[in-house]
Amino acid sequence: MRITGARILWETLVQEGVDTVFGYPGGAILPVYDAMLDYPIHHVLVRHEQGAAHMADGYARASGRLGVAIATSGPGATNLVTGIATAMMDSSPILCITGQVSSDAIGSDAFQETDVTGVTLPITKHNYLVSSAEEIAPTIREACYIARSGRPGPVLVDISKDAQIEFAEYERDRSEVRLSGYRPDLRPSTDEFRSAAQMIEDAERPVILAGQGVLKSNAMQELAEFVNKTNIPVAMTLLGIGCFPASHPMNLGMMGMHGEAWVNQAIQESDLLLAFGMRFDDRVTGNLASYAPNAKKIHIDIDPSEINKVVRADVAIVGDLRETLREVNPLLQEQSHSTWLEHIDVLKQESGIRDVQNLPGNGRLLAAHVIHDLWQLTQGQAFVVTDVGQHQMWAAQYYRHDRPWTLATSGGLGTMGFALPAAIGARFARPDEEIWVIVGDGGFQMTQAELATCRQENIKLNIALINNSFLGMVRQWQEFFYDERYAATPMVNPDFVKLAEAHGLTGLRVERRNQVESAVQRARNTEDTVLIEFRVAQDEAVYPMVPSGADLQAMIRRPMNEVKARAPRSKSRVE
Amino acid sequence: MLNKATQLEQAERERVFVTYVEDKPGVLNRVASLFRRRNFNIESLTVGHTEEEGVSRMTIVTNVSESVARRIEANLYKLVNVLRVEELTDKPKVFRDMALIKVQAQKEARVEVLQICDVFRARVVDVAPEALIVEITGENGKIEGLLELLRPYGVLETVRTGHVAMRRGYGIGSRPT
Ligand SMILES: Cc1cc2nc3c(=O)[nH]c(=O)nc-3n(C[C@H](O)[C@H](O)[C@H](O)COP(=O)(O)OP(=O)(O)OC[C@H]3O[C@@H](n4cnc5c(N)ncnc54)[C@H](O)[C@@H]3O)c2cc1C
Ligand SMILES: Cc1ncc(C[n+]2csc(CCOP(=O)(O)OP(=O)(O)O)c2C)c(N)n1
Repeated sequence: MRITGARILWETLVQEGVDTVFGYPGGAILPVYDAMLDYPIHHVLVRHEQGAAHMADGYARASGRLGVAIATSGPGATNLVTGIATAMMDSSPILCITGQVSSDAIGSDAFQETDVTGVTLPITKHNYLVSSAEEIAPTIREACYIARSGRPGPVLVDISKDAQIEFAEYERDRSEVRLSGYRPDLRPSTDEFRSAAQMIEDAERPVILAGQGVLKSNAMQELAEFVNKTNIPVAMTLLGIGCFPASHPMNLGMMGMHGEAWVNQAIQESDLLLAFGMRFDDRVTGNLASYAPNAKKIHIDIDPSEINKVVRADVAIVGDLRETLREVNPLLQEQSHSTWLEHIDVLKQESGIRDVQNLPGNGRLLAAHVIHDLWQLTQGQAFVVTDVGQHQMWAAQYYRHDRPWTLATSGGLGTMGFALPAAIGARFARPDEEIWVIVGDGGFQMTQAELATCRQENIKLNIALINNSFLGMVRQWQEFFYDERYAATPMVNPDFVKLAEAHGLTGLRVERRNQVESAVQRARNTEDTVLIEFRVAQDEAVYPMVPSGADLQAMIRRPMNEVKARAPRSKSRVE
Repeated sequence: MLNKATQLEQAERERVFVTYVEDKPGVLNRVASLFRRRNFNIESLTVGHTEEEGVSRMTIVTNVSESVARRIEANLYKLVNVLRVEELTDKPKVFRDMALIKVQAQKEARVEVLQICDVFRARVVDVAPEALIVEITGENGKIEGLLELLRPYGVLETVRTGHVAMRRGYGIGSRPT
């Protein structure tokens, strides 16, 4: 049939299984919007295109499916940039479609013209400029395939306005996409499996470093088998959380800058690190020169460019983690590692005393208490979306996930403003699940306009706004490393309860710990979106903390004087 | 202390990559952008068509360590338009750069310049009353050597194409499949 480029776009997207898109219209994309009305597509009108990209990302993280964002040329497209970079860093499969000025005007500085493929070249897995209707179907099919396969990531397709309007022949193409220069599934060699198995057998103090690759490859079952056989304890990256049950006795917890002290100590003492789908981010390793100095490393990753990028691997296996573990597991010997595990238990007990859960509140509301209580009240079953900052770290430490794919957080880019729009996206992927947004007062204000989207779409979210009236994480750095000089971190905030109400939503305020439960239960029992503002202590710090670039064992721990009596803190102490 | 193997691995030296790419708009930009973004320096990059339609060939020369070389290769492969990468550094190969040199050559100097060119098997491709344009093809050292000798006469202008490389023998190992 002969149809317009705009229709070809929707035909192809529907064929690719797309039923929900997040976007914002404008002149250069109008033909696409007009044609959309004739297709079975639910369009979510965002309030800022950054929100559209984060929603597509949140949708993808909650479903494992492709998220789609649409924007017009120029400012619409540039507003997507932060969301695209966020998705790129965390390997989230999203497709961004942008309108472009007509092909004969490209290069003339036409109204709202921006070189969008140029701008997004380094922050997409791949991108395309399409300037004729007949290229649209094959390009979209390629784009979807590239975004989803191998190490997933964002793909952008920029479509000139004339290509949207002109007619071209369209036939459904059911063939597989084949790209000669793109090999998403590399197969590792069997020699490597054997050397890995031997190394594992020889190790006395091994630790598994489980990353987001476990979730991406759906290797939870295989990881569990591996652990049951070898009794090797599991540390997780921030993005790996959920890939191994928090309540499993072999779970150590999160590693890295704000990881548990015993996890980092175990890594430093280890003689074998098993990196499963994680990329040794600098928040994970600290100072590389002193990182796990006595450990051999086995690195399994689907992306060959990650091997030896940061840490030198003694055995490197390039391939899908699940496939790889299926090959490796049968080669493993049963092990007990009892001495090593007992040693780690000793490390744990020492740290437990400093845990904030063991601190009296002294009447002040602590964010960590709020998140701990939220975890208990939701039986750990909620889908949690966090923003970036202190509350993100407390969420990682105190909301314990037993199920995979129940945490969405911006790890690699650390994008404030991610949480609310990403949660809206997640809502469309998981219509029936309980969703909690955990967000700081700073980040919330970056994308709070999306409250209007919640209203317009009539969706139910629970928002736990952790208000410390500071850009808390930056304030903490200023406290520790800049002599308590608080430049540009105190915040004068709006009345968040009224803000929720102004959007036709419910707002609640909590100032004491004994109010937490009733507010949380009320939110859970309300049909609409509820925002709870938790007025928490302003001067709390996230412990432990490995200062940026410091040795992993050089953690700043909660000062012992605070543990005994929660007196106002003097200076923090580096151990 | 670094052991010997690690030292070798970290030693920087000249490396030659031949990269086959799809002949699509923006490909050169993607490759150049990759080197810029990952902070890999490029000594020389040349690109041209191949015997196969739709496929271009790049010769990239860079001065890096073994581990960076492996990362460059892996990152090049991540580009969707890159079909195949082969490192020719330690392979038997023909490796050539071409230069055009405009040199002052008046009266008696002209004879000397011509003699020098002859020794280097450089060709004179343009003759004017005051100057000659000399064309020379070869490896870096040869071109530098000629330039060195011509400089006293007054080199007015030089242009170089950058390196191209091809594996010796019958093998066409770097051809995409
Ligand atoms: C304020 C702040 C503090 C932070 N503190 C910490 C901290 O204390 N600890 C911490 O861990 N992180 C922390 N982070 C997050 C950190 O920056 C990184 O985002 C995180 O460590 C990356 O985790 P990852 O390597 O598991 O995931 P990714 O960056 O997503 O890497 C996943 C890896 O898995 C590979 N992969 C993908 N699919 C597959 C597959 N199918 N098979 C095999 N491999 C695959 C990919 O190629 C990639 O190499 C913090 C972030 C912020 C914003
Ligand atoms: C877009 C963006 N700008 C700046 C930063 C730097 N930054 C990291 S954490 C942080 C403070 C966050 O404050 P808030 O949202 O109130 O959360 P809190 O740390 O108090 O929990 C800032 C400014 C960032 N991560 N993202």
